[in-house]
Amino acid sequence: MKHLQLPLSIEERTSLRAGEMILLSGVIYTARDAAHKRLNELLDQGKELPLPLQDQIIYYVGPTPTPPGHIYGSAGPTTSMRMDAYAPRLYDLGLAATIGKGYRTPAVVDACVRNQALYLVAIGGAGALLGKCVTNVKMIAFEDLGAEAITRLTVREFPVTVAIDTCGNNVYATQGANAGNR
Amino acid sequence: MRTIAVDQIRDAICRMVRRINIEYPDDIRRCMETALQKEQHPTARSTLQFLIRNAAIASEERLPICQDTGMTVIFLRVGQDVHFTGGSLRDAIDQGVAMGYEQGYLRKSVVDDPLFERINTRTNTPAIVYTEICEGEQVEILVGAKGFGSENMSTITMLKPAQGIQGVKDAVLSAIRQAGPNACPPMVVGVGIGGTFDYAAMLAKKATLREALHSEDPRYAALEEELLQEANALGIGPQGLGGDTSVFRINIEHYPTHIAGLPCAVNISCHVTRHAKEVL
Repeated sequence: MKHLQLPLSIEERTSLRAGEMILLSGVIYTARDAAHKRLNELLDQGKELPLPLQDQIIYYVGPTPTPPGHIYGSAGPTTSMRMDAYAPRLYDLGLAATIGKGYRTPAVVDACVRNQALYLVAIGGAGALLGKCVTNVKMIAFEDLGAEAITRLTVREFPVTVAIDTCGNNVYATQGANAGNR
Repeated sequence: MRTIAVDQIRDAICRMVRRINIEYPDDIRRCMETALQKEQHPTARSTLQFLIRNAAIASEERLPICQDTGMTVIFLRVGQDVHFTGGSLRDAIDQGVAMGYEQGYLRKSVVDDPLFERINTRTNTPAIVYTEICEGEQVEILVGAKGFGSENMSTITMLKPAQGIQGVKDAVLSAIRQAGPNACPPMVVGVGIGGTFDYAAMLAKKATLREALHSEDPRYAALEEELLQEANALGIGPQGLGGDTSVFRINIEHYPTHIAGLPCAVNISCHVTRHAKEVL
């Protein structure tokens, strides 16, 4: 399994193929439904975002509260499709990848191709294992949203599969239930 | 007549919600191990191995198996000779849920109004509660914690009686195919057949929480087995990345219905189908 240090260079991004499983180490940002809505509102108002997007990765996750003695709670991916209304705009602002689970709309595939960006999937329901890959957590914005706040995570050997690559290949169209149908 | 303090119900629910979010139920654990023995697809094998490792980490570290610790669904079977004391039974149920989610560091995922403000209640309450009155003086508490990645992929179809068995099979398999990777496969699928629109959905939910491997009715048991094989032939695989293991279990519950109807509800659940039962 390929082990990559974040941030990912354009060369690294374009060398990855849909279906490949990789391990990520470095910085990623968390954001899901409510945070995306707020980021979109800030962009509409022409205001600055609380996180950098250029070459960065957003992880769609809402973790459990961190128990005493732990760095982070249980933290598997949430369904990506709910963020599809906002994702192309963020990719166009420089986002290198998003991490979630499940299908994406064609607009997201197009955004990946246009920006040489990726859609990665983590193992849904493997929250304990993925939470243990987090070595550092920093609150960035929207603390009032609780589990939906934006945080900056440092991860070590975080396992993901490339679901959409920079050529627009989609793992769900070539493997799984829809293989041959699309 | 038997007297039961509502605090006992509260404490049992608190205990159960904490346990099911950290420990896989035995039946699902067995499904996972059996699947790994049979699975041929390399990506599917490595995904199943990750899930088994996740289960071990959750148990050792006392961390929730999944971050979506669900909306609590409770089926109560109350003996008609039971008298509850010490306050409101309904309040005690929600107190048990709130205590369990707070003490267990579980995520609170319930919003108060579904359409307008959508403000988190911060207690994971209210729970969804179904109460059935039966003979005797015992109270049976069946608890589930339903994640919404899979709940969102559930369906209900008001089939025509003429569509019969084929109609049911098509409805179930189409829901599974649609759910694909979004439902965190390998899935557990609850099917409710008969009753009314609402009752079929309730039966489907109850079916996801069933411990018994097969329906007591041999015809339904055979249909469960047939559907399971067809579902696994779809090739969805663990996490939708391809493979032979798409569905761990298909459980059917059925009930009499109207001469003009054949309601068929399909409740999709994930590989972390959390359930526990206690009898007081």
